Amino acid sequence: MPAPLLEVRDLKTQFFTPEGVVKAVDGVSFELHAGETLGIVGESGCGKSVTALSIMRLIPRPGRIVGGSVLFEGRDLVGLSAAEMQEVRGESIAMIFQDPMTSLNPVFRVGWQVGEPLVIHQAKDNASAGVEATRMLAKVGIPNPQQRARDFPHHFSGGMRQRAMIAMGLTTTPAVLIADEPTTALDVTIQAQILDLLRHVNREFGMATILITHNLGVVAGMCERVMVMYAGRIVESGPTADVFAHPKHPYTWSLLRSIPRLDADRREPLKPIEGSPPDLIDPPAGCSFHPRCAFRVDRCSHDDPRLQPVGDTQQAACWVTQAGTELPRA
Amino acid sequence: MPDIAAAPALHRAWTATDPLVSVRGLKKWFPVSSGVLQRTIAHVHAVDGVDLDIKKGETLGLVGESGCGKSTLGRTLIRLLDANEGVISYRGEDITRSHGESLRRLRRKMTMIFQDPYASLDPRHTVGDIVGEPLDIHRLFQGRERTERIGELLNLVGLNARHVDRYPHEFSGGQRQRIGIARALAVDPEFIVCDEPISSLDVSIQAQIINLLEALQARLDLTYLFIAHDLSVVKHISNRVAVMYLGKVMEVAPANELYRRPRHPYTGSLLAAVPIPDPAIELTRERVILQGDVASPVDPPSGCRFRTRCPRAREHCAEAVPPLEALGADHKAACFYPLD
Repeated sequence: MPAPLLEVRDLKTQFFTPEGVVKAVDGVSFELHAGETLGIVGESGCGKSVTALSIMRLIPRPGRIVGGSVLFEGRDLVGLSAAEMQEVRGESIAMIFQDPMTSLNPVFRVGWQVGEPLVIHQAKDNASAGVEATRMLAKVGIPNPQQRARDFPHHFSGGMRQRAMIAMGLTTTPAVLIADEPTTALDVTIQAQILDLLRHVNREFGMATILITHNLGVVAGMCERVMVMYAGRIVESGPTADVFAHPKHPYTWSLLRSIPRLDADRREPLKPIEGSPPDLIDPPAGCSFHPRCAFRVDRCSHDDPRLQPVGDTQQAACWVTQAGTELPRA
Repeated sequence: MPDIAAAPALHRAWTATDPLVSVRGLKKWFPVSSGVLQRTIAHVHAVDGVDLDIKKGETLGLVGESGCGKSTLGRTLIRLLDANEGVISYRGEDITRSHGESLRRLRRKMTMIFQDPYASLDPRHTVGDIVGEPLDIHRLFQGRERTERIGELLNLVGLNARHVDRYPHEFSGGQRQRIGIARALAVDPEFIVCDEPISSLDVSIQAQIINLLEALQARLDLTYLFIAHDLSVVKHISNRVAVMYLGKVMEVAPANELYRRPRHPYTGSLLAAVPIPDPAIELTRERVILQGDVASPVDPPSGCRFRTRCPRAREHCAEAVPPLEALGADHKAACFYPLD
């Protein structure tokens, strides 16, 4: 197997708030290979966005990366200077955000913003950056790109803004694209358009994509591999097909059971996960999912499981499945 | 003019088989103003001629993309907004222009659960005050009875009655939504408009609230209008589903039927766009992706409003507005060239 493009090792990011230290990311390790689409799923506060922001070194105060490393093409990004990191951000790793209205600058024309990375990172002049921006807007499916490049963000609909964001991320043809909930703010028919666009640009540009979402349906349709996060940790990872068919962590198992499915015909009560996600300042001892877990054993309340191989292709941080117990069919 | 003659049974007493809530030709426009004098230059046609019946005891799901007018319809239905045109009836009585004491009585029968449990609860009031406020406004319970009623309501929604003196910020999102539900139930209503009640909640919490709403419906004989953009959730909770697009109802049918056999091309494209959490299905699924964006509700397209995005549109679709017509038992669609 070739060396991974991006390798995150034991990443720890904490927020130092007046109420206490929030362990938002608590020892996350994974690899991303060239060309693949990796999904990160989890609920709000599970650390999926903070993981992405840590890779980009965009953690806002009072947060800080307190441990671990992020190796990109063998170089540790955690140790880079601000100027060096700025170069990586524009050239090699790009990120698109959930809300394209707040991440586009309202006072600049869309075309200028899409071309800006080229001016900054590749020292292009404004004219050729503008030409390139128009070409990118056409590539992401904006009609009349030449004319629309002269519009301001408020002239664009939500879906078009997200297309413009994607165009901006792609202008420098980065090796890694991180998409943080790129379709959450969009309507379902527009979501389908944007997901289709992401599939298309992934094929055309061959970059690796990290897709962060809370929507299990989006992961099922987009990602070859998936990582499930809970309370700042990866609790399960593996090929998407295997994780969905035979979840090896009770959290994944319960999550898959709790959501209503469009293709289900029965109208029986849903099976919710009881309780709420834990407080990350004072997480439960042992496995942080154990208070909500239907399969817990004594050990779970005091002993903290690590992510270990379970079965042929998956990894799970669970004492029960690591001991060989199969979870019932969901 | 709305077809008032088609409104059900205004001349005789209401019976339980008649629609509980019914609208005919309902329109709600919002003015768009501009310039120094803020003159009205146009109108947003948020709800633009809707006919709909809601049966007693059912959950009618209302789906559509943002800006299609589903929330406005919900609010106009329970008289939180005044209709520009059309007739709303509740238990056979015309309530379109009710005011004073009769509107007050109506407010005890029709309530609402809001989307955002953070924005819809006053942070300076305790849970007891929030849930008790409707009781005070309608002078329903006083003194010890009031305290008991609040405790009973909190228990009903799965909260601890001892927490009456806590403030909203001490609760999680799911618990706050339970407080919002308790408030909506305080006056013992018959009809509740649930406006995206779970959209802002975490996936693992959504199922708890859906189950709660279903249990309350069975226990208290409630009728729901359930507004949501998540089609999987709507399918799960609804008996019947209405699909809106740009201020109009495009299709209405029993939930399973609508999902199994959509007749309006818009419904078909909506369903095709919903991701299914099963990689095996997603891999082989045919992707029909709807092009373009929703047209502007200020200046909607002539004829059928969906025609600008519709893969089946023909010339005729621009010339005439397709009426919402019966295509089968309890199944209606507004399309000249419906799907098979």
